[in-house]
Amino acid sequence: MTTNQTESATSGAVAVDEVTLYDVDNPAPVIEPPRKRTRKTPKSTRGNFELAAWLFMRLSGVVLVVLVIGHLLIQLVLDGGVSKIGFAFVAGRWASPFWQTWDLVMLWLAMLHGANGLRTVINDYAERPNTRLWLKGLLYTATVFTILLGTLVIFTFDPNIR
Amino acid sequence: MATPVLDKVEADSAASPYITATFRIRRFNPEVSDAAVWEDFTVEIDPKERVLDALHKIKWELDGTLTFRRSCAHGICGSDAMRINGRNRLACKTLIKDLSPEKPITVEPIKGLTVLKDLIVDMEPFFQAYRDVMPFLVTEGNEPTRERLQSAEDRERFDDTTKCILCAACTSSCPVFWNDGQYFGPAAIVNAHRFIFDSRDEAGEQRLEILNDKDGVWRCRTTFNCTDACPRGIEVTKAIAEVKKALITRRY
Repeated sequence: MTTNQTESATSGAVAVDEVTLYDVDNPAPVIEPPRKRTRKTPKSTRGNFELAAWLFMRLSGVVLVVLVIGHLLIQLVLDGGVSKIGFAFVAGRWASPFWQTWDLVMLWLAMLHGANGLRTVINDYAERPNTRLWLKGLLYTATVFTILLGTLVIFTFDPNIR
Repeated sequence: MATPVLDKVEADSAASPYITATFRIRRFNPEVSDAAVWEDFTVEIDPKERVLDALHKIKWELDGTLTFRRSCAHGICGSDAMRINGRNRLACKTLIKDLSPEKPITVEPIKGLTVLKDLIVDMEPFFQAYRDVMPFLVTEGNEPTRERLQSAEDRERFDDTTKCILCAACTSSCPVFWNDGQYFGPAAIVNAHRFIFDSRDEAGEQRLEILNDKDGVWRCRTTFNCTDACPRGIEVTKAIAEVKKALITRRY
């Protein structure tokens, strides 16, 4: 009852306030949803980018389960756990091309998987074109930077650095 | 002594099946205010009646300005999809007793479309997406002199998606559509599915190309809101997944 009364009271107050603003000849603007479809909405964009991205997410996800769980096991659980990790441990692992490849594949797949996931989140939730542009720009810059830096380190790692 | 009293109580309850239910309706009238407000209506109604009956009672007896769409009132025209207690349903297929009427029952317009007045939304973007998938039979060559025959199995392939009544309950329950109306939405994909998997139709490739768009099937997040919302029980998410699968198997 209380909510009922307050609600009717507030709606009444609103109506009194707005009477001078909106009437039959001067209706209030309707509340439009973001980016609604119109007759001019561009038809097919062609290209299979979205299809490829969708497939990539599924396939890389499966591979990443193996890579990441294996990585976490080796780094954190087996053979003394996290305390064993040091410069020498990393240097020892990266001496083998197998672990270099493992880490390289994991870096690329995880970064692209995550970046594509965030891209879809931005597409879904950023309403204004400018927000989309800036968020995606930031995302792509961060992704490219991390991938390039990581790849550079894996390939040029020098165990004798001082 | 006790028996007549019991009889009387039973007779009383049988004589008056009515309960008092509160309907909390989202009102919006651009000719009065630019803000949408909740308004409560209390009605005496048989709980075995439908929400649409309660809306009629309100409109006819309490407040004639309440505005909503309905046409056949029997769950087939798809006019009266609305958000009842936070879920998209047809007002004409929702019984009041199924909504725990001891609490206020909320009634809102469906989300993601422009509200024009009270429970009426602008369906134009929804139908534009429907038109964009070419929901009609396309064939090549000469028209046959008799019916286009089809086996029972071929008909069964797309039977589920022929049930769509275009009420927009699925599309307006989709969180992707709420935030980005450029997405085709489940209903358009369901109606494309109905022709893509029809053995008599020859434009399946064209429709698949349309739905391969960046705002096509790949924006589906498989949240299953559409399947839950469909008043016709169409497995909408499954239909979308079948279109995705058709696109992938066509390419690779």
